[in-house]
Amino acid sequence: MSEAADAEGIAYKREHPARAALRRLFHHRLFVTGLILFGIIAGIAAAAPWIAGVDPQRLSMRNKFLPPGETWLFGTDNFGRSLWSRVVWGAQLSMVIGASVVALNAVFGTLIGAAAGYFRRLDNALMRVNDALMAFPAILLAIAVTSVLGPSTLNVILALSIVYIPRTARIVRSSVIVLREMEYVQAAVAAGAGHWRILRHHILPNAMAPMIVQLSFLFAYAVLSEATLSFLGVGAVPPTPTWGNIMAEGRDFMREAPWIITIPGVALMITVMGLNLLGDGLRDVLDPRLRIQQ
Amino acid sequence: MNLLEVRGLTTAFMTGRGEVNAIEEVSFSLKEGEILGIVGESGSGKSVTALTIMGLLPQPPARVAAGEVVFNSQRLTGLSDRQMQAIRGPGISMIFQEPMTSLNPVFSIGDQIMETIAAHERLSQSDLRKRAIGMLDKVGIPSAARRLDDYPHQMSGGQRQRVMIAMALACQPKLLIADEPTTALDVTIQAQILDLLMDLRDEFGMAIMIITHNMGVIAETADRVLVMYAGRVIEEAPVASVFDRPLHPYTRGLLECVPSLIEDRPRLVAIPGTLPEPARRPPGCRFGPRCRHAQPACSEAIPTLEALEPAHTAACFRARELALP
Amino acid sequence: MIGVAARRSLSAIPVLLIVSLISFGLMRLIPGDPAAAIAGVAATPAQIEQLRRDLGLDQPFHMQLLEYYGGLARGDLGRSLLLGKGVFAATMERLPVTIGLSLYALVFTLLIGIASGIVAALRQNSIIDQAAMMFAMIGISVPNFFLGLLMIILFAVHLGWLPSGGYVPFSQDPAGWLASTTMPAFSLALLQAGLLARITRSSMLEVLRQDYIRTARAKGLPQRQVILKHALANALIPIVTVVGIIVSLLLSGAVVTEALFSLPGMGQLLTQAVLSRDYPMVQGGLLLVTTFLVLVNITVDVLYALLDPRVRYE
Repeated sequence: MSEAADAEGIAYKREHPARAALRRLFHHRLFVTGLILFGIIAGIAAAAPWIAGVDPQRLSMRNKFLPPGETWLFGTDNFGRSLWSRVVWGAQLSMVIGASVVALNAVFGTLIGAAAGYFRRLDNALMRVNDALMAFPAILLAIAVTSVLGPSTLNVILALSIVYIPRTARIVRSSVIVLREMEYVQAAVAAGAGHWRILRHHILPNAMAPMIVQLSFLFAYAVLSEATLSFLGVGAVPPTPTWGNIMAEGRDFMREAPWIITIPGVALMITVMGLNLLGDGLRDVLDPRLRIQQ
Repeated sequence: MNLLEVRGLTTAFMTGRGEVNAIEEVSFSLKEGEILGIVGESGSGKSVTALTIMGLLPQPPARVAAGEVVFNSQRLTGLSDRQMQAIRGPGISMIFQEPMTSLNPVFSIGDQIMETIAAHERLSQSDLRKRAIGMLDKVGIPSAARRLDDYPHQMSGGQRQRVMIAMALACQPKLLIADEPTTALDVTIQAQILDLLMDLRDEFGMAIMIITHNMGVIAETADRVLVMYAGRVIEEAPVASVFDRPLHPYTRGLLECVPSLIEDRPRLVAIPGTLPEPARRPPGCRFGPRCRHAQPACSEAIPTLEALEPAHTAACFRARELALP
Repeated sequence: MIGVAARRSLSAIPVLLIVSLISFGLMRLIPGDPAAAIAGVAATPAQIEQLRRDLGLDQPFHMQLLEYYGGLARGDLGRSLLLGKGVFAATMERLPVTIGLSLYALVFTLLIGIASGIVAALRQNSIIDQAAMMFAMIGISVPNFFLGLLMIILFAVHLGWLPSGGYVPFSQDPAGWLASTTMPAFSLALLQAGLLARITRSSMLEVLRQDYIRTARAKGLPQRQVILKHALANALIPIVTVVGIIVSLLLSGAVVTEALFSLPGMGQLLTQAVLSRDYPMVQGGLLLVTTFLVLVNITVDVLYALLDPRVRYE
């Protein structure tokens, strides 16, 4: 019996840190809840071509303002368009925009943050521009940029990236500054390793944890901001089915057809909450110093 | 009559592995004006004993599972937190190990001393100020009136500990509990703080319970010693007896750890092994596994305190035979 | 402390310089011919030429930049094309609405956020704690315009307690102002309140573990004084540092809230400017709002120094 226990004990001790983190994540109640909520929306978004049914743009004036029911799962809007179809395609657009912003942030946030944190000579210049971009109220800057570039899905992605990359870069930079002074990094420098090697092998892998946490919250902000932009009419052009567009159109009919607003609103809320819970869980497990909820 | 009477005190903590006794059946007493030293390694239960007396342990997870504390004829165990507030300060007060973190960084030291007095006595602002200055003066802070509005970060560690003492004595308590009061300080400052405590005892006449892991501190200050190991009292005696004839093998070990300048001892002898965690204490005598005199009988029952000499008790089955020359 | 203020003001100068450059550069980022884009599809070539001259877009780039900073030095932020008046004047007209709304929302934010954060920390892991944190999670997850819409549906459409939009100036009718801004302020506040509740709770938990809290209890201070004086004074220090972020979020949120509740504030002004391609207004307004935010952040840092003697006496 003790032999088995010992073998297990040794296996436990030798577990790879990434695997240990994963195991702890899947025991984290909030993380799992978040993963399920986000997973539902992401699944729907991925399956949109097969589950949406009718074309989200197909007008049918005979069927306008039908409440949710058997034929029309989520009801119809003022043009008789299927709200189910529109919300499902809207989910896809939200996911695409969110994922694109996250990907751009991961690449450019890391590049800028690592450059500023590692090369002292670049730090001042890069961070002043960073500070200036962060000084603008986030949504206002995004609105101004999309209005300049013109309203389209691609420009929304660009605008949100311009707004959020400085924030990601700042987080990467602070990890890099701490790591740069670590003894094992100094040892690598002393051993004559090149900058690129030191960054790639010794610094960036260890700067990943806080960035992953940031990226999951960023996904939530991006989805939220995209909906806000299209609600204000500066996002993807109607009749593109984004959640913000659907809600903006539903505004005039909230007395007779409140479902046009509430259904995409709830979908938006589930997505954002799922991502926030995911972020909390990741933070608790990967970055205990920043723990908010015990 | 005794000022403080602790009888069979057992404090338990709720942990992931169920309830665990941090201290067990701790009994001792303290007379007015007396200095009692409690000595033991960290984790032996010294601080838990002190915090239980003060009622400062968070409940839950902590709980007084058995025994009682009687102070000045009043039973403290079982009092509500509100009732305890009236005891803390004018009855019993306490100073801590870390003078650097024990003072609130955002309030001036004067404010922190004055609020202590104000919590227990109705005095005007100017009287409060006078009392606070008087206290700072007594603990040897130079130009006290000017330093009253200083913040903790503007003072050195030794000065902060003096401020802590001033604060603790501001309401003239009958008992001062000093939990490792000099551990965090420089050696030269340590002696000054201990001297100060002795002087203030002479002036105010309060009893002091001094908690330490340092036998040297005990030798310099205490009248009587209580040795704790793994949550239990294992020896109690007047200071002179303990240093002359330690009865418990653990106490002997502790004394052998103290470097001596006078005696020409060949080398320091360390006690092998480490203090067991509360949840993993051995059966029988807690010290058994680390004791070079242990016998099979030692792991069968927990030895109780037994008087081998007048006023000198020890909890060891073999104390009598080992004490023979 | 004056040192803190001076140092922070100095470091704000390069930031503001770059902020103004970005605002200036924005209009030049318009793909193709900016003048044509601003004039719209219906404009004749002559009208476009006229607009180009009016905006100075026919000048070489360095002249435009010189003109721009010359204007800023004179306090001239440009003219709104839509309103036909100065950007600064147009903004000042709308500012009271936004400031009133933001302050009202800030009151909600601080009351709800700090109170629930403290209560949650004091009753850590209890039902109250979990409920408060659940509420905070909802707060940071519900978009403010969705919350606003739900409130309109409930309180304006169904119950008819509050107007669904419109604005009554405080100076005209305080009760009317309250009625017209309560829903906007609340829906605007919830995000920041949730954020603040989470931060307050963790800050409070951190502080309650500190040695000086044990000292305060050992002195026989009443529980109230231990919490409200000793713990809160320290817990507020990290909270103050996020006030700048909160104000930034409030201003961002106000844009949406004002559009939703038809409140004639800064946010609405800027949204309209964006939608009607009134770029001088967008550029000037953005610069003004951001400058205001930078000033708020300097104030926050000075406040921080006031609260923490360790910084004050540095």
